[in-house]
Amino acid sequence: MGLRSFFDRIEPSFEKGGKYERYFPLYEMVESFLFTPKTVTTAAPHARSYIDMKRIMTYVVIATIPCILFGLYNTGLQTNLAIAEHGASGWRAAIIDGLGIGFNASNPLANMLHGLLYFLPIYIVTLVAGGFWEVLFATVRRHEVNEGFLVTSMLYTLILPASTPLWQVALGISFGVVIGKEVFGGTGKNFLNPALVGRAFLYFAYPAYMSGDTIWTPVDGFSGATALAVSASEGAAALPEYGITWMDAFVGTIQGCIGETSTIACLIGLAFLLATRIANYRMVVGCLLGMIAFSSLLNWIGSDTNPAFATPWYWHLVMGGYAFGLVFMVTEPVSGSHTNLGRYFYGALIGFMVVMIRVINPAFPEGMMLAILFGNVFAPLIDYFVVQANIRRRARRNV
Amino acid sequence: MAQTYRNMLVDPMVDNNPITLQVLGICSALAVTSSLQVAMVMAIAVTLVTAFSSMFISVIRNQIPSSIRIIVQMIIIASLVIVVDQVLKAYAYEISKTLSVFVGLIITNCIVMGRAEAFAMKNPPVASFVDGIGNGMGYGLILMLVGFIRELFGSGSIFGVTILETVNNGGWYVPNGLLLLPPSAFFVIGLLIWAFRSWKPEQVEEREYRIQTVESH
Repeated sequence: MGLRSFFDRIEPSFEKGGKYERYFPLYEMVESFLFTPKTVTTAAPHARSYIDMKRIMTYVVIATIPCILFGLYNTGLQTNLAIAEHGASGWRAAIIDGLGIGFNASNPLANMLHGLLYFLPIYIVTLVAGGFWEVLFATVRRHEVNEGFLVTSMLYTLILPASTPLWQVALGISFGVVIGKEVFGGTGKNFLNPALVGRAFLYFAYPAYMSGDTIWTPVDGFSGATALAVSASEGAAALPEYGITWMDAFVGTIQGCIGETSTIACLIGLAFLLATRIANYRMVVGCLLGMIAFSSLLNWIGSDTNPAFATPWYWHLVMGGYAFGLVFMVTEPVSGSHTNLGRYFYGALIGFMVVMIRVINPAFPEGMMLAILFGNVFAPLIDYFVVQANIRRRARRNV
Repeated sequence: MAQTYRNMLVDPMVDNNPITLQVLGICSALAVTSSLQVAMVMAIAVTLVTAFSSMFISVIRNQIPSSIRIIVQMIIIASLVIVVDQVLKAYAYEISKTLSVFVGLIITNCIVMGRAEAFAMKNPPVASFVDGIGNGMGYGLILMLVGFIRELFGSGSIFGVTILETVNNGGWYVPNGLLLLPPSAFFVIGLLIWAFRSWKPEQVEEREYRIQTVESH
């Protein structure tokens, strides 16, 4: 008695006229999560691709694995280092003591476990709270629960500070899923990245929990600036004085949100996404060029009062959420531009905006989140101009 | 007369609300709703201006030459707004400072102009006055709802009286800073419109386009 025949047996009661007709989206979610969807296009053309929506979403989740693993390690590492100074407390410390593992920051496994104790509660709350809205909307609106939520929930978890209170996690993902996606009709119709919408909501609603020097490592009494905060106030040249070398930032053993610190982990994910052609390289190239060009221009202009002007592009690349956003959010196909030429402009706009916000706006040390949301809003406009330009070009050809 | 006075007062509350159905007066609804007290003063000011401007315009509606009617309407509205502004400055100086330019901007509030142009130019003075009160109250209703949500969850109080003790004062409630920023009113008004249209489905506009399904070809 296999799983397939079990599904075949219970399916009729979920179909039209069945006993559980209302809960078809739930059934469909579990079934299509385990098996290939059975629905096929009925009308021509019958072009077939092996990359369907489900595979795209699964691949993105796979691509985040290096970031997850390194995020676990780094969260534990930073916490254990801070515990050595400030002492441990709370239920996580009790579990670790009970297991007899200890808070040794030089033991990678102890770090991983400690990181996991921070990562898991946030991830579970995200899945439960966001999943609740997904299923609710799917049931009421009669559409299917989409695998896209797996990506959203994972990205959302990775861009939160480890110290985020769990009720804020639930509130943020609810806002992200409902306002960022479902009010526009669900996956594929969202013009903003839902994970970022949730994160931005928390950023503006509870700024004391989402920015500053004390929140990045969840230990009472801890204070440590992020690389970005230092470079904004004293310039990137001052970073080594704070014990942050470029290599540290590249590898990712610095303060920051759970999964965003390691540039190398993000780049591994990028290589996977580019190799499987899930991510479009044009957006990545555009975003890199935009960032490099504008930060170099600012380096050249220089400023006596604002040390952040001198931050070179290779520091912008490794600080804050730039790498993570570049790999997993700029490349998101739904909220980005849809024309190939437009994708270059879309990427470049984000690259330009992120440097603009980081360097020139004194209110926000980090700009990747806002820059991507800004780019999302402009993506349809960029597409419009590209399409119009193409129409004009072809019209001229026919005079 | 086709409409009764009662209809004129009740219709703009839900069925023909200036904010949620006609989507007018959004600008001030974003700016002055971070606290209930300010929202209420604004609602009263707009209600009075709409009612009296409609009445005065209606009184002289047959004398106004059509080609310059907008200018004449503006003069009447602007004079009333100046009166309201001066009264506020004299008797409620603190609130008038919070409202700042938004009292002056009642002149450009589409609801006032809209009622003058759409109703007062065609109807007798008393009816116009009642219609102005009704529309002003419909506007005020939404302002108060938005102000209630924003003040309660943004600063934990209602009319300045603490309901949810905030963390900074030793309580348990962490105020939601987003609700104190004007853009949050977009979300609140949007959700209100959603709620109104779920309650009264006849308010839902027709779709501008339909997404075709593959099967329907």
